Amino acid sequence: MRYEMPTTAKAAAGLLAKEKGRAFVLAGGTDLLVKMKAGVVEPDLIVDIKAIKGMKDIKKSAGGFVIGAAVPCVALSENAALTKAWPGVVEAANLIGSKQVQGRCTMSGNLCNASPAADSVPALIAAGAKVSIISAKGSRKVAVEDVTTGVGRTSLKKGEFVTAIELPAKKPKSGDAYLRFIPRTEMDIAVVSCAVNVSLDAKGMITKARVVLGAVAITALLVKDAASAIVGTKLDDAAKAKLAAACSAACKPIDDKRGTVEFRTEVAGVLARRAAEIAYARAGGKQ
Amino acid sequence: MHSISLALNGKPVHGQVEGRTLLVEFIRESRGLTGTHVGCDTSQCGACVVSVNGKAVKSCTVFAVACDGAEITTIEGLAKGVDLHPMQVAFKEHHGLQCGFCTPGMIMASIDIVKRHGKSVDEETIRRELSGNICRCTGYHNIVKAVQAGAANM
Ligand SMILES: Cc1cc2nc3c(=O)[nH]c(=O)nc-3n(C[C@H](O)[C@H](O)[C@H](O)COP(=O)(O)OP(=O)(O)OC[C@H]3O[C@@H](n4cnc5c(N)ncnc54)[C@H](O)[C@@H]3O)c2cc1C
Ligand code: FES
Ligand code: FES
Repeated sequence: MRYEMPTTAKAAAGLLAKEKGRAFVLAGGTDLLVKMKAGVVEPDLIVDIKAIKGMKDIKKSAGGFVIGAAVPCVALSENAALTKAWPGVVEAANLIGSKQVQGRCTMSGNLCNASPAADSVPALIAAGAKVSIISAKGSRKVAVEDVTTGVGRTSLKKGEFVTAIELPAKKPKSGDAYLRFIPRTEMDIAVVSCAVNVSLDAKGMITKARVVLGAVAITALLVKDAASAIVGTKLDDAAKAKLAAACSAACKPIDDKRGTVEFRTEVAGVLARRAAEIAYARAGGKQ
Repeated sequence: MHSISLALNGKPVHGQVEGRTLLVEFIRESRGLTGTHVGCDTSQCGACVVSVNGKAVKSCTVFAVACDGAEITTIEGLAKGVDLHPMQVAFKEHHGLQCGFCTPGMIMASIDIVKRHGKSVDEETIRRELSGNICRCTGYHNIVKAVQAGAANM
């Protein structure tokens, strides 16, 4: 196995393009190294992106935030502007593992690892985040929901890698939130999770919403019916009941030792209601 | 093979490692410092925590080659001669261990916690911060007490 630590994105893309064997990008390594130890993956080439200039930066612009692909999750919560604008995204990223895992793991790695239970992914989708992707042939941008295509599968082509995640500027009177259910209090993988992002008008009426479920299908689910259930309401009880029903209806979960189909389906609705309440309050809405 | 040079417990060391050699393998097998433990193969237990450039890192989840040029401190590097580090003293005095397997990682993680949260770090913070360090013996109660006492003396 070859290990390379290029200092430019171009050099990294070149290495990935040239490799004939199995090439993997290394960010925090908290999935990749564990899989290597288990013998699940045997890379021929590892391209560590942590030394690439700018890859560890969080940049704030008029358009929002650009989070480099090697930014460890702890750095997100240390960024006051980001935490203020996107508390749901930051809280989701800081549920990953424990402090030492957060010290290394990245949201880009969480996304590209393509686990259905990845914590930051529903929150990023709810926020309307995009990823910048580069290869030796050029670069492109796609919505986060278009990256994961199945368990462990992404739409990235050979030689492509993510250079940054872009969060839009926070709209006035908007708020996001993320909740997950785990049987323990820490260090566990989501059995069900839900992210909600809402925008309100001056009267507290929801004008836009994005509702995303995690761990109840092969990828995170952007549930349009759940969003329509609360748009045009002040998140009254009837709207919340419709939201919960739409979320439960969208679930296509598996039965496993972590939770049954019935449990996941029911809890998806409960979490959606609670996450919506938090997002609504963060947007300045009063119930 | 890659050549690496790093400072291990204050001493310069050089070595040859394969790309996939983990930092913990380098520390234990190449350097013979077996105080750093391996308690799992899923990066969950924290027995392997060392300090890399001043930050607590699970050495089973980092390649040695990625630590080229780094300053690394392991549990063996904490005492000054026969004088134990205040955190080591606190674990001893407060019975923060039984079998001791988790202790090197607990102590390395605890020192990092105190560096970031200060001498009067509260119980809740300690418990949350130590969620990546698993102990199968103590029930954590005395570990928390030890960290608070160690913090006060650091
Ligand atoms: C103890 C423990 C607890 C955990 N708990 C959680 C949890 O609670 N919730 C959760 O969601 N996850 C959890 N995880 C999984 C893991 O920590 C996360 O998925 C993390 O975000 C992965 O990020 P990373 O930077 O470490 O990825 P890496 O391991 O570096 O990479 C993961 C995968 O993505 C690819 N990749 C990485 N970066 C890029 C890029 N820029 N472009 C293209 N491909 C890329 C890699 O090739 C690899 O296949 C846990 C892991 C451990 C060890
Ligand atoms: S051996 Fe490193 S976390 Fe268990
Ligand atoms: S003292 Fe035995 S594992 Fe902690």
